[in-house]
Amino acid sequence: MQAFEAIVIGSSAGGLHALKTLIKGLKPGFDIPIIIAQHLSPHSENYMAHFLDQLNTIKVKEADEREKILAGHAYIAPPNFHLLIENDRTFSLTVEEKVNYARPSIDILFETAAEVFREKLIGIILTGANHDGANGIRKIRFFGGFTIAQNPSSAESDTMPKAAIQTGSILKTMELEEIAVFLNSLLN
Amino acid sequence: MTNSVYYEKDDSILQLEMELLLEAVFRQYGYDFRNYNKAHVKRRLVYRMQQLKLESLSELQHKILHHPQVLALVLKDLSINVTEMYRDPAFYLSLRKEVIPILRTYPFLRIWHAGCATGEEVYSFAILLKEEGLYERSQIYATDFNTEVLETAKKGIYPVSKIKEYTLNYQDAGGKNSFSDFYTARYDAALFDPELKKNIVFAEHNLVTDSVFAETHLIICRNVLIYFNRTLQNKVLELFNESLIKGGFLGLGSKENIMFSTVQDQFLITNPNEKIFQKKIL
Ligand SMILES: C[S@@+](CC[C@H](N)C(=O)[O-])C[C@H]1O[C@@H](n2cnc3c(N)ncnc32)[C@H](O)[C@@H]1O
Repeated sequence: MQAFEAIVIGSSAGGLHALKTLIKGLKPGFDIPIIIAQHLSPHSENYMAHFLDQLNTIKVKEADEREKILAGHAYIAPPNFHLLIENDRTFSLTVEEKVNYARPSIDILFETAAEVFREKLIGIILTGANHDGANGIRKIRFFGGFTIAQNPSSAESDTMPKAAIQTGSILKTMELEEIAVFLNSLLN
Repeated sequence: MTNSVYYEKDDSILQLEMELLLEAVFRQYGYDFRNYNKAHVKRRLVYRMQQLKLESLSELQHKILHHPQVLALVLKDLSINVTEMYRDPAFYLSLRKEVIPILRTYPFLRIWHAGCATGEEVYSFAILLKEEGLYERSQIYATDFNTEVLETAKKGIYPVSKIKEYTLNYQDAGGKNSFSDFYTARYDAALFDPELKKNIVFAEHNLVTDSVFAETHLIICRNVLIYFNRTLQNKVLELFNESLIKGGFLGLGSKENIMFSTVQDQFLITNPNEKIFQKKIL
């Protein structure tokens, strides 16, 4: 099996709960870097990182500009910034216009991650009430990465996973708990 | 913003074309984007290439060199001008509480807004200076390398549709009056009090290629350094260090920092969350 080098996750309405379930389900010592774009209100503080950081050994923090992507870490896009991945595997941020009414944009994160990590990337679309992430999922598949959508029928909000599935570029549709089991199976 | 996704399997060719294009823009027009963050520049150039229905960045380079109006489009693409009044109200509140009391001790103030875009930040701070009784002794420089946005900034007219949000921001920033005291609304436009402009000079200045033009007491440069790589960030921070008087202040964007930069040791941290720093008096 190919060794995956990064996981990108996009979530929107209902995302906090879904992310909690997913991250909680990961084995202690899970070390593939995780990068998350969750739509948040522009004025929210970074409580989400603190909250998710309590769940297991994975160190969850807000992504800083120029920060290097490290094993054992999960990074969250800061509210009101787009998060991009650079070729040297560091983060950069921009405040350009919203994309799909959202900043951070899941598409921007996924597309730039796809260009850098190529077939060594996993893209996951969770619950959400818009179409953000669908273009990004297409691009991840184009470069040979692995793509997963949360099962729309059990997602709090099914629009986003449905839109991703409709691109024809989703390889697996799973429950949150199954996604965690699948990711755990990639270790060692 | 386009919905189409650009696919290019061989990234090394795209990278090469991008480097050549940026070199060409610099050599021909003097705008230096060679040390801007690559992922951002690539996205914006590819967007423009698609809009113009071109096949490659090499074709875009050709257009830029032979048609200056295409350069204008690309400059606009690369200079993200998104801004708002009192963006991050806590930043302004901190300036009011922690910086203004010290600025008050100077008989004359020079304040520089670097990368001011369409000017919302400049008027926000000018109002704050008025409320604190410091406006009359201030000289404000508002600069950007994009002359188009400076024209908008000079007008001081913003959409009425934004005023509700700006009013909330103003209040959170510690505003002391009614925000409507500072503008007159006409149809869908809010014209800010021309008195606010009296001590403001709007001028073209490129942080990458131009040098220091004044000795300043406070520099506000927010959400500009995020587009630069480390080398360029250091260069610009050194420029600010040179311009600031000893004891002068520097305010950056919420995701920008002087930590790990070459000027780190020259500054004290005034407010770590709001990214406000003070040049050491030594
Ligand atoms: C995102 S805006 C920031 C506006 C405002 N300071 C704020 O935080 O809301 C970035 C601005 O930096 C300007 N800029 C980018 N590169 C520059 C350079 N080399 N010299 C001067 N201004 C530059 C752009 O034209 C743009 O107006």
